[in-house]
Amino acid sequence: MAHLRKSLRILAVASGGGHWVQLMRLRPAFAGAEVHYATVDPSAAAGVAPAPLHLYADANKDTKWRLAVAAVQMMVIVLRVRPDVVVSTGAAGGYVAIRLARLMGARTVFIDSIANARKLSVTARLCRGVADRVISQWPDVARRNGVDHWGAVL
Amino acid sequence: MTVFATVGTQLPFDRLLAAVDAWAAANPRVTVRAQTGSTLTRFAHMQCSASLDQAAFAAAFAAARVVVSHAGMGTILSACELGKPILLMPRRAVFGEHRNDHQIDTAAEMAALPNVTVIHEARDIGPALTRLLAQPQNTTVGPAQASGALIANRRDFIFAAGPRGMAT
Repeated sequence: MAHLRKSLRILAVASGGGHWVQLMRLRPAFAGAEVHYATVDPSAAAGVAPAPLHLYADANKDTKWRLAVAAVQMMVIVLRVRPDVVVSTGAAGGYVAIRLARLMGARTVFIDSIANARKLSVTARLCRGVADRVISQWPDVARRNGVDHWGAVL
Repeated sequence: MTVFATVGTQLPFDRLLAAVDAWAAANPRVTVRAQTGSTLTRFAHMQCSASLDQAAFAAAFAAARVVVSHAGMGTILSACELGKPILLMPRRAVFGEHRNDHQIDTAAEMAALPNVTVIHEARDIGPALTRLLAQPQNTTVGPAQASGALIANRRDFIFAAGPRGMAT
């Protein structure tokens, strides 16, 4: 029988730099939930404490070996956290988390970076059909790619 | 007076850093700090770190009068939160500076923000930096969170599910 939880558990995933800064700007949306963060930079821990921070390797499609390491690390994180909801602002690590969490029945949302003002990112395109929601922060990009637009982090 | 130059931590962007370094050489009274990312080039006229942790990055950012940066959203959003003037030069895929040219799109859109100046050629960095430093200090601080609609929609989505194992 499933363990009964008091509050919703969110796994919030973002790699470094702008992905992380954008995730931090969404924090008010997480109020009232138990939030676990996953990122690539251990120094992010101070900013989210006491919420737990899980780490995975920083990788992109040019660093295939590290990408494989990151995927395994993400698998461990998702299995340990067992989130009800996964929210990611990118990049590749978020896609991996969303794929795995979907298999476990979590609701998933991928928010493409505000940097992608004219084209959806490769990761966001991969997430279409996998995540419950894929969001562009630009209305025109959302319309052209058949994804949602819910506003922007700016 | 200090200037902070940052090109993120992933890919080299020597075209920007070399131009800021040249400007620093010509302006020895200004302290220039730089987060240089993964470059092998040494820059003699800036205080360089390959990568700063979040606390050090925030401190360098706060101390700077003007920030010079690639068109990375982390830096742009930080500049908006602190009301900091920021000079952007987008990375170009043709020079091997990024995997694609999305930074040109980012810079074009972000140029509408009052604290953002965009240039595309390295030779324009020095003059733009000198001009920005001569401007009176602007202390307008932007909100440190996303727009109401994005947060409200996110909350609706997140909490529609209910915790695992609970009856819906």
